[in-house]
Amino acid sequence: MKLRLNNAALHQIVNAAQPPLSLADLPRVGLARVLSVEGEDAVSQRLRELGFTAGTEVDYVRRAPFGGPLVVQLRGYQLALRPAEARRIRIETTVGGRV
Amino acid sequence: MSAQTPTIALVGSPNSGKTTLFNALTGLRAKTGNYPGVTVDRREGICRDEDRKVRLVDLPGTYSLHAISEDEAVSVQVLKGEFAGVEAPDAIVVVADATTLERSLPMIAEVLLLGRPVLLALTMIDELKARGGDIDLFALKRELGVPVIGVVGNRGLGVADLREQLFDSASWSAPKSLPAGDAESRFAWADALLERVTRHPVSASGLTRRLDHLLLHPVFGGLIFLAFVTFFFQAIFSWAGPAMDAFAGVLDDAADWTLATFPASWATSLLADGIIRGVGAVVVFVPQIALLFALILFFEASGYMARAAFVVDRIMGWVGLEGRCFVALLSSYACAVPGVMATRTIPSPKDRLATILVAPFATCSARLPVYALLISAFVPATPVIGPITMQGLTLMGLYLLGAVSAILFAAIFKRGMLRGASLPFYMELPPYRFPSLSSLAIQVWRRVRIFLVKAGRVILVGSIVLWFLLNFPTSEPPAGATEAEAAQHQIENSLAADMGRALEPVFAPLGYDWRINIGLIGSFAARELMVSTMAQVYAYEGDAEEVEGFADLLTRADPATGQPMMSAATGFSLMVFFVYAMLCVSTIAVVKRETGGWKWPLFQLGYMCGVAWIGAFITYQIAAS
Repeated sequence: MKLRLNNAALHQIVNAAQPPLSLADLPRVGLARVLSVEGEDAVSQRLRELGFTAGTEVDYVRRAPFGGPLVVQLRGYQLALRPAEARRIRIETTVGGRV
Repeated sequence: MSAQTPTIALVGSPNSGKTTLFNALTGLRAKTGNYPGVTVDRREGICRDEDRKVRLVDLPGTYSLHAISEDEAVSVQVLKGEFAGVEAPDAIVVVADATTLERSLPMIAEVLLLGRPVLLALTMIDELKARGGDIDLFALKRELGVPVIGVVGNRGLGVADLREQLFDSASWSAPKSLPAGDAESRFAWADALLERVTRHPVSASGLTRRLDHLLLHPVFGGLIFLAFVTFFFQAIFSWAGPAMDAFAGVLDDAADWTLATFPASWATSLLADGIIRGVGAVVVFVPQIALLFALILFFEASGYMARAAFVVDRIMGWVGLEGRCFVALLSSYACAVPGVMATRTIPSPKDRLATILVAPFATCSARLPVYALLISAFVPATPVIGPITMQGLTLMGLYLLGAVSAILFAAIFKRGMLRGASLPFYMELPPYRFPSLSSLAIQVWRRVRIFLVKAGRVILVGSIVLWFLLNFPTSEPPAGATEAEAAQHQIENSLAADMGRALEPVFAPLGYDWRINIGLIGSFAARELMVSTMAQVYAYEGDAEEVEGFADLLTRADPATGQPMMSAATGFSLMVFFVYAMLCVSTIAVVKRETGGWKWPLFQLGYMCGVAWIGAFITYQIAAS
């Protein structure tokens, strides 16, 4: 029997199989969306004001070598941030597919 | 409300084209200063036509009205009328980049909620079109309720319209539907609004993508960055050279002319040797400072500085600093004064302080004349490889020693008393743009003016004081003395000589005699005064600019003792001392201004001079044995 899964089911399986992702784990390909920014301090507040609100699409642009900053594209602009800040941003993603 | 001239504040995110627009509206008439009590740049200018005028205030860039740095806090407090001593603006112009409206619209909502008359100026309208975007400005105006004007600041398009509107701020229409609440709801409101006014979304800049592919490449990006730094040094040292020489020549001629024209008296000598040559020592740096700022501002406005900060961020991260600290350190290679001023772009106060504390280790151009003199006196011009000589290598070594020490001490401070980063590192990478050259020229002029006023004042006073110390009390030379002997006699019996002798216990372990100590006193006003002071003290007959002759004099035997005037060990010890010592009143003054008190400049003076003493002591003891 051929197993058929719709996108939503696939999405659930993918998410269940993986630990919660943060922006620091943003894969090179595929689509990612912001789930939430953790924390209520000024840094988290600023990250939200830079446009990391729930549902915002984030694209991988590049990553500096040796654990350097990450460049992402969101809301029509590019932003560089360090892994420490990126880890506050929870994302969901599908590698190579559509959510 | 102010009585006659309304005040209008310009607010917007960094890279929004706010400063270009401000410069287009106010031209050279803008004043720069500081906000009372803090070290944030305050820029104000008058925008006028024949019979109307408004006062424009360019507020520091901010991404939101929830400030997280000192700069942003000033913007927010001024906007809200909460900044003590600064009147609240009568109206506000929000400057937003039309290509990143999706990100800036939520901040526009925050500003609208302040309840003052607001106008939205959308910049980069040309770039929006070029990248396929189309926003219905009439619809945007209808939706927001407030006036909206599209401008291209660097080409002056729409600036006349905007100016007309500024004169008429009392009649600006009031905003409509406003989202209250948190960032999430503001972005939701902005997304819905943009949906209604966007005819075609803007696509990513293809040029930026292609350039970044190269400039941010893990390997080539680093190489290009190194080439950029090399180019930078080459420019500020070699290309500024002819202009600096020309300036120095004119000033020397002016001093000689003064001496020749006016009757010989102490007043003539003070004017020529004290004031003209002393202040001239600062003025000669103007071409270099102008070129330095022109380059920094050009690369900043074009978008490359943000990339350079990205490329070095990892390395700066090991030290405990961030990419932007690098730009300030780079500026310090011309002069620590603009370098310290450039730390304002660093949002974290601790990173900023650490950068200020180590900035004077960067080999500023004022050290160059001193190094040139000492190296030509004590290092042979033996070829090492090809055209590279021992002298060149020594100079490079001194530069490297400064750079390594700056990084080392930054790491120590960040691991010790300035531990922890209280601010996040995030940095927008704006699309590459060709900067507005007229706006650039205005900004360079503004910075040169600050340099001249701040540094010039200190050096003017320093040169006058030094002149008095060297020329008083007047003492009669023995009968039959030649002019040179008379001058020597005067210096040996001057107040400066007394001070130099008083300092001997401190500096004798480093190999310095009272004559060098006078030079050190002189170099405290400005390092470059070391050479001219030494020339006076060693009574060198001739032009101090001709380094070869003066350098020979240093190694010649002293007729009184038969020993060389200065030993090689002393020369090397002096070089090391100049790498480390904070010998610069202007830097102390600017650090005091930037850190808001005497605590940090005094700490810096103490630790740098301490390190200098220890370094020079070790060098002297090794070289002498």
